[in-house]
Amino acid sequence: MKRPEEIFEEARALIEKAADGAAVEELRIRYLGKKGELTALLRQVGEIAPEERKAFGQLVNKAKSDVEQLITERKKAFEQAGQGLRLKAERIDVTEPGREIPAGARHMITQTIDEIVGIFMSMGYSVTEGPEVETVFYNFDALNASPNHPSRDLSDTFYITEDVLLRTQTSPVQVRTLLAQKPPVKIISPGRCFRTDTPDATHSPMFHQVEGLLVDEGVTMTDLKGTLDAFAKRIFGAGVKTKFRPHFFPFTEPSAEVDVSCFLCGGEDPSCRVCHGSGWIELLGCGMVHPNVLQVADIDTERYTGFAFGLGVERTAMLKHGIDDIRLFYENDVRFIAQFY
Amino acid sequence: MLVPVSWMEEYVESRFAHPDLAERMVLSGSNIESVEVIGEGTEGVVIGKVEDVWDHPDSDHLVVCKVDVGADDGQPLQIVTGAPNVRAGDFVPVALHGSTLPGGVRIKKGKLRGVESAGMICSAQELGFDDKVVPLASKDGIWVLPEELKQEAALGQDALEALSLRQAEVIDFEITPNRPDCLSVYGMAREYAAVYDLPLQKVETLARDIPTDQSAEDFVKVSIAKPDLCPRYIARVATDVVIRESPWWMQRRLMLAGMRPINNIVDITNYVMLELGHPIHAFDIREIAGGEIHVDTAAPGETFTTLDGAERTLTEDTLLIKDGKRGVAIAGVMGGLNSEIRDDTKTILIETASFSEDSIRKTSKRLGLRTEASSRYEKGVPAELSQIASDRVCYLIDLTQSGKVLKGASDCYPAPQAKRTIIARAARVNAVLGTDLPADDMAGLLKRLGMEVEAKGGQLLVTPPSVRVDLKEEIDLVEEVARIYGYDKLEPTEHADSVAAQVTGSWAVRDLLRDVLTGAGFSEIQTYSFVSPAGVELIGAAGDPEKTDFVKLINPLGEENSVMRTTLLPNMLDVLARNFNRGNADCALFEIGNTFHMGQKTAEGLPTERLSLCAAFYRKGGPQLFRSGKDADFFLLKGALEKVFAKLGLGAPPLAPEEHSPTWHPGRCALVAGYGVIGEVHPDVLARYGIEERVCAFELDFDALAAAAALKREYAPLPKHPAATRDIALLAPEEVTVGALEGVIREKGGKTLESCGLFDVYRGKQVPEGKKSLAFSLTFRAQDRTLTDEEVNKTLSRILKSLESDCGAILRDA
Repeated sequence: MKRPEEIFEEARALIEKAADGAAVEELRIRYLGKKGELTALLRQVGEIAPEERKAFGQLVNKAKSDVEQLITERKKAFEQAGQGLRLKAERIDVTEPGREIPAGARHMITQTIDEIVGIFMSMGYSVTEGPEVETVFYNFDALNASPNHPSRDLSDTFYITEDVLLRTQTSPVQVRTLLAQKPPVKIISPGRCFRTDTPDATHSPMFHQVEGLLVDEGVTMTDLKGTLDAFAKRIFGAGVKTKFRPHFFPFTEPSAEVDVSCFLCGGEDPSCRVCHGSGWIELLGCGMVHPNVLQVADIDTERYTGFAFGLGVERTAMLKHGIDDIRLFYENDVRFIAQFY
Repeated sequence: MLVPVSWMEEYVESRFAHPDLAERMVLSGSNIESVEVIGEGTEGVVIGKVEDVWDHPDSDHLVVCKVDVGADDGQPLQIVTGAPNVRAGDFVPVALHGSTLPGGVRIKKGKLRGVESAGMICSAQELGFDDKVVPLASKDGIWVLPEELKQEAALGQDALEALSLRQAEVIDFEITPNRPDCLSVYGMAREYAAVYDLPLQKVETLARDIPTDQSAEDFVKVSIAKPDLCPRYIARVATDVVIRESPWWMQRRLMLAGMRPINNIVDITNYVMLELGHPIHAFDIREIAGGEIHVDTAAPGETFTTLDGAERTLTEDTLLIKDGKRGVAIAGVMGGLNSEIRDDTKTILIETASFSEDSIRKTSKRLGLRTEASSRYEKGVPAELSQIASDRVCYLIDLTQSGKVLKGASDCYPAPQAKRTIIARAARVNAVLGTDLPADDMAGLLKRLGMEVEAKGGQLLVTPPSVRVDLKEEIDLVEEVARIYGYDKLEPTEHADSVAAQVTGSWAVRDLLRDVLTGAGFSEIQTYSFVSPAGVELIGAAGDPEKTDFVKLINPLGEENSVMRTTLLPNMLDVLARNFNRGNADCALFEIGNTFHMGQKTAEGLPTERLSLCAAFYRKGGPQLFRSGKDADFFLLKGALEKVFAKLGLGAPPLAPEEHSPTWHPGRCALVAGYGVIGEVHPDVLARYGIEERVCAFELDFDALAAAAALKREYAPLPKHPAATRDIALLAPEEVTVGALEGVIREKGGKTLESCGLFDVYRGKQVPEGKKSLAFSLTFRAQDRTLTDEEVNKTLSRILKSLESDCGAILRDA
């Protein structure tokens, strides 16, 4: 009968000489398997004198664990070497182009509306929409436009019949909403508008506006300033300033046009593509809702006041992204659309 | 509205210049289009006198002039010019060698057809004036300077200086339609004075009580038959009129304000119109039959020749100024040829009248005749202003010694207007503005605008100037307080409320579908809502009553934008065609937008608007669409359709083959029951659009999709037990559809069939003619146990049996 130390030495020599992982595995079976040489020794313990059995058992177990350790180490070494070769063979050229993942873009107009609407929704405004084909009543009469307001002319507005037209502004939604719900009313209304402009780089007979309306108790002109100033900073950057200039709209009074300081050059660059050196960009029209408009909806003008504003989507997008021709939006060349992925 | 700053400043008493004028005017509501400085950049143009003129030896249109420019050596310059109106004795502006004209043009001496020319005699246009303001005598040639300069200017003097045109600033104000009072120099001066809190000077006038022998009433008697259309008519008279050139100061102001000087009387009427905003008309009294002025409407069909020489047909609505026999002017629009001022006119009747805005607008519109006068009358000229304007004209006739103004006036003013008083509550003003201004401060701001204000216990009783026709109620005064106080002084605040934003269903669904489709590789387009009716013909739907149910525009820009779209497909094909023609490779697009349907009216009587969703693509050259490894075909688009349905919780899209639509390929089209249609576009349609690739498209009723959408998701427990998979290859007759086979498999698969997917279709070798080989992968699973092979095989054989009996499909290789 071989002694455990002898078997261990023999196994150690063979493990060291083993050519690959498979050979190591064979050795594991030969020494540690069910019928392995070391396992067999334990079965022969009966042949050992009873007083030596304990020591013998300990020796065998030590030899077993030593062999096992050697085998594990040797196997690991072979695995590592093997993996290194495999990985080397699997080298790729990382400068090859990535595979095309389907990816379309929202239209620039949608993206701009999403951004504007998102800002106002975060301030508590709900999206409300109205029809593109409107009545003269909602588009003009209810908005306090005088019967002779020039914008009513056939030369300014597309008509379907004498009483039906393509809305020239998103403002009719103000009246529709005020007639449909009681204050507080806090809405934002994006949509298409139409005016009889012949298309050129800066005019389009169809364009998009976003209208806003807040009617509640205690709404003031200073609130209007605060709201639009916050909006301008969010859409053009925290550094911009706003300027409110008195203006005229039939459905608001006092009315204002709002300019923002040039977000691109800050008025420093005389050839600035955005402000042309003036330092200011006309952004939107706004004002306090005219009492005559509130009265159309039977709203108590002593109790409630409100403000409204409207801004051009194309204009905002053109300013923000340096787009120099409004017709690009409606040509829908995929090379244009893809730039705004 | 062009306003020369120097003219405006005549009425604003100020000891200081106001370099920030433009900015402050803008901030108080007088928006500015542009500021022009006549004479800016012009250097070296001097006064010269033409001494002699002779023909150019070598040209039939050039002349050679000897021009005295007051040179030190006393020598006149020789200058060649092509101007037809150059005459010896005239004073002209001469651009010397080395001078600069507006726009940076440099003038140098040189030879013109061999003749030395030491400089250039300038036209008014070359010195920066618009063609339409240049006096007729100088319009088509050099500028023949006014006679009076012969006394006042020295030869060789800087011409712009001599003409008081150095740094002549002209502001072009953008006047909003509510402020007709600002269509005048004096109106803008009132704003100027208010902005700087300076006194506004009164306009100098010639009163009626002047000591003359004759009086206006001796010459003319006015009556008004229609006082609702003409509240007031004032006639004053001047005799001994001499028609001649106006003094240069008046010509200069007219030119700077955009009006051409004609002669002294016409110029004075124009001057007062520009200054006060009140149109004036002058008649030659010789032509006023019986010295009678009668304001009445025309007889229907009556014809009348206006002073532009055009004969016009009037209606019974036309307000006509008549004399004892006939019409002499279309009220507020244009005078008549029969009574216009002529060179030999001696006695004139000066009409200063107030007419109804509506009447003038209608007449002007109907005649297609819009004049300086009518455009002002349309916006409102108050009767109170008429007297000042009338007396102002007389003052200027007197000042310029153009005639002898008579005392008195024939002033017909049947119902004098009472002054308007508006009450403004100080508390209300503050409540709207968010300010805390004392009532006295508000009163002060309003007074700066020329209003009379009486403060009474928190209320302001305000009487605005008569010309402020826009001021009618309290809110109008709120705005006046705010803009003179300064919008910039309002401190931004935040309105406190607890309103939470809500999203409407349709808006949210649009957002979702944009995500789905962009995620699938489609890009969004936006196209016009108005289209050409021909689009429906191009897609072969001319016979479809729903697609031709057009909402038509009365006044479209053109045929191509003349009806509202009933379908998105024509626009989509237009866009695809444009991209195709531009050589753009693969193109996958979608649009979500309204379609319009005239026949279906809403409760309000408006056409119905329905949101539609259209998606389409073509594949062209380059890599395969989306590099999907497969052709861009019907099934790729169907994949997108399935994603749309899946996102909306609508299950599999219900497709039924459609073979009879002229829009679609008869073998590659399906109706999506209740929602729309998907298919390959018919090659005839594509040919009409010039697209030389296959196009697949779907168009769906978005509103129906949004209404059906089941967006709520409920968690289904993940399976605890393993699945068993069986792949089967079937040999089926060609005419049996995959849908039919799937139907049988699902029905017979029962509860334990988890999924069934087609993974291969094969025709060819080893497959008999008229048959196809279809490979399905079936997955079986039970929620409560691991299925045994026996159970799965039992179900599978049930499926196979039915496939054979119902569809004639047999297991291949079996």
